[in-house]
Amino acid sequence: MKIFHRRGGLRAAMTLGLSAAVLALAACGGGGNGTPGAAVSVAAEGTDDGSELTLWTRAPLEKQAKLLVEAYNKSHKNQVSLTVVPNDDYVAKVGAAAGSGGLPDLFAADIVYVPNWVRQGLFRDISANIDGLSFKDSINKGHLGAGTVDGKEHVLPFVLDLSMLFWNKALFKEAGLDPEKAPATLEEYADAAKKIQALGRKDVYGTATGLNCGGCLVFTWFPSIWAAGGQVMNSEGTQATFTSEQSTKVLDTWRDLWRSGAVLPSSKDETGATWTAGFTEGKVGLMFYPATLLSSTPFDAGVAGIPGPGGGASTFVGGDGIGISKDSKKAAQAWNFLNWMMSEEAQVEVLAKNNDVVSREDLANNTYAAKDPRLVTINEVAGKGQTPVATNFQQAYNAANSPWLSLVRDYVLGDGGKLQSNNEQITSVLSQ
Amino acid sequence: MSVSMMSGRAGRSRRRSGPASPARRGQAVKGWLYVSPTAVFVAVLFVVPLLLVVRMSLSRWPLLTGDQGFNAPDNYTKVLDNRFFADSVVFTVKYTVLATVLLIALGLGLALLVQESSRWKGLLRASFLIPSALGLASASLLFYVLYSPIAGPAADLMANFGWTFLGSPNAALFSTVFLIVWRFAGFYMLLMLVGLQGIPSELYEAARIDGASRWQTFRRITLPLLRPTLALTTIMCVTGSLLAFEQFYILTKGGPDNSTITVVQLIYIMAFQGQNDLGVAAALSVIALIALVVINAVQLRAFHNPDEK
Repeated sequence: MKIFHRRGGLRAAMTLGLSAAVLALAACGGGGNGTPGAAVSVAAEGTDDGSELTLWTRAPLEKQAKLLVEAYNKSHKNQVSLTVVPNDDYVAKVGAAAGSGGLPDLFAADIVYVPNWVRQGLFRDISANIDGLSFKDSINKGHLGAGTVDGKEHVLPFVLDLSMLFWNKALFKEAGLDPEKAPATLEEYADAAKKIQALGRKDVYGTATGLNCGGCLVFTWFPSIWAAGGQVMNSEGTQATFTSEQSTKVLDTWRDLWRSGAVLPSSKDETGATWTAGFTEGKVGLMFYPATLLSSTPFDAGVAGIPGPGGGASTFVGGDGIGISKDSKKAAQAWNFLNWMMSEEAQVEVLAKNNDVVSREDLANNTYAAKDPRLVTINEVAGKGQTPVATNFQQAYNAANSPWLSLVRDYVLGDGGKLQSNNEQITSVLSQ
Repeated sequence: MSVSMMSGRAGRSRRRSGPASPARRGQAVKGWLYVSPTAVFVAVLFVVPLLLVVRMSLSRWPLLTGDQGFNAPDNYTKVLDNRFFADSVVFTVKYTVLATVLLIALGLGLALLVQESSRWKGLLRASFLIPSALGLASASLLFYVLYSPIAGPAADLMANFGWTFLGSPNAALFSTVFLIVWRFAGFYMLLMLVGLQGIPSELYEAARIDGASRWQTFRRITLPLLRPTLALTTIMCVTGSLLAFEQFYILTKGGPDNSTITVVQLIYIMAFQGQNDLGVAAALSVIALIALVVINAVQLRAFHNPDEK
């Protein structure tokens, strides 16, 4: 079946490509760039001529994507139609579309997959236009860097999702902890979790995490290692370094927390679908939690950077990057959306207004952030965070059967005897 | 069967029309015409995809970039080197044996139970059969919630015992097997019932007159005459279990600790989760296909009745 789909898609793409080329020749200087996969260089503003654009994103970022698309459609002639895909199906859907030449004009990708997808040629080179942005230097470097291959930029930050330390102020107070002061080290964090567990209240736990969710663990545990000055991989992303002193300290702390019973028991089998639910429901004292959920946390929660053993603060600059797909025939119109998305109007009046993180450092201290000091904290920590870059990131860390998950589960839930060999296993996947 | 039907119709038309030799040619053409819808169906939906999978398995074919040309036999060596390959084969066989033994035994038991006329017959048959009306994916989702340590009805109980349905490798396997038995036992009961009803009642009568015990009747009459039905159900059950995917994909995602990865799930993982390599996934598909053909051939041979021609 696939062969027909593919051939049909190819033929359609060729026909479209040919007609687009003819059109481009006929209307030279129209701003459109019809050759699939080529570098995009269009007018700084792009084109707003009432075209229909398609955009794909994955379900966890639905709220932010909807806000952006609605605001854009209201103020522009171009109309973007948004497709939201379940998180687990997103790679398969993009892969099938990429093979058959059916990618939408714009699509977002989990920032950790971006390096691989750029290398596979799914995004078009938009460096000429990004270089033209006056505020280029204040765009989040982690995201921009993940989409840069051979010095060419392909991706802009769509939505930033940072991992932060959240704590439930009411539970802190009850346990005799200072509700206005964040635990400054990972040791203090563990201590606070145990004190809240010691309250002995039914359905209240010290902390929670997703011990069967590679993505959750990457998102929340890597920053502890970074905060202590350690690294999780070499700079090429081909070698894992989880046997380092900083890393084993982080793993030891969590093993101790798990054994002391201060971790929500369902964390053991948590695959990621409900890993934040316990904290949102007010049943968990403190946890490393995604900052995008700040606006939907119904009670008074404190926010700080993720501490490492011995102190420090860091964050995982996650979320999604967005670019123009290799199959788009409307690059000029698509750039119009991206250009607007990076503008102050979109960043402040859409994202910041809804308690989301802006992707431009120069806009970090905006009017909305000033009203909620927690947003200033998040924006500040964003500058200290990291986005790990590795081509085989998904297979090594996020996949349900990843060696990273084996490493954590063996160390925290098991006897930890296989740390060395699991670390080597990650390296062998990374270096494929 | 279709052949005899065709020649019958063609024969009738020959009697009506005149000379023989053009008629015979017309007969052949007509025959091909009759076969063509099925042939087109088989070619488009079976032969072409099969050839494509074989070609994929011999080519470098990443999910995101498509065909990159011939590279045999790299994909096959990659499959054999995969760290989950041996485990997934062992697990799939283990699951298949468990599921088949339970389903065949239960299906036969239930069929014998509802075969006896009683006033509960209708109710019993219906209640055993109802789960079969539910799609396997829907049934898996239902059990996902039932087994859930957070939302499930047994959540408090599990918390007290410190044990969860999907928390350990064996618990996950048996929880999934339970789902499958619940979902399919009624269906196999129905197949067995049809087989049982095909056994002439005179034989049972004769056995009773000869003074055979219940066990002797079952052993000497029911089982031998049920042979074709047993062959059918075993082959269906073994094939279905070897290709298990939905239940594990939804319930366990291969966990905990990669202990419940079936072969088909491994194909899915290779293609869409991480490795994103359709070539390697196709190679494993081809291996699984060959294994299935061999297993089915062996089963057919084992169930072959030497008395029949």
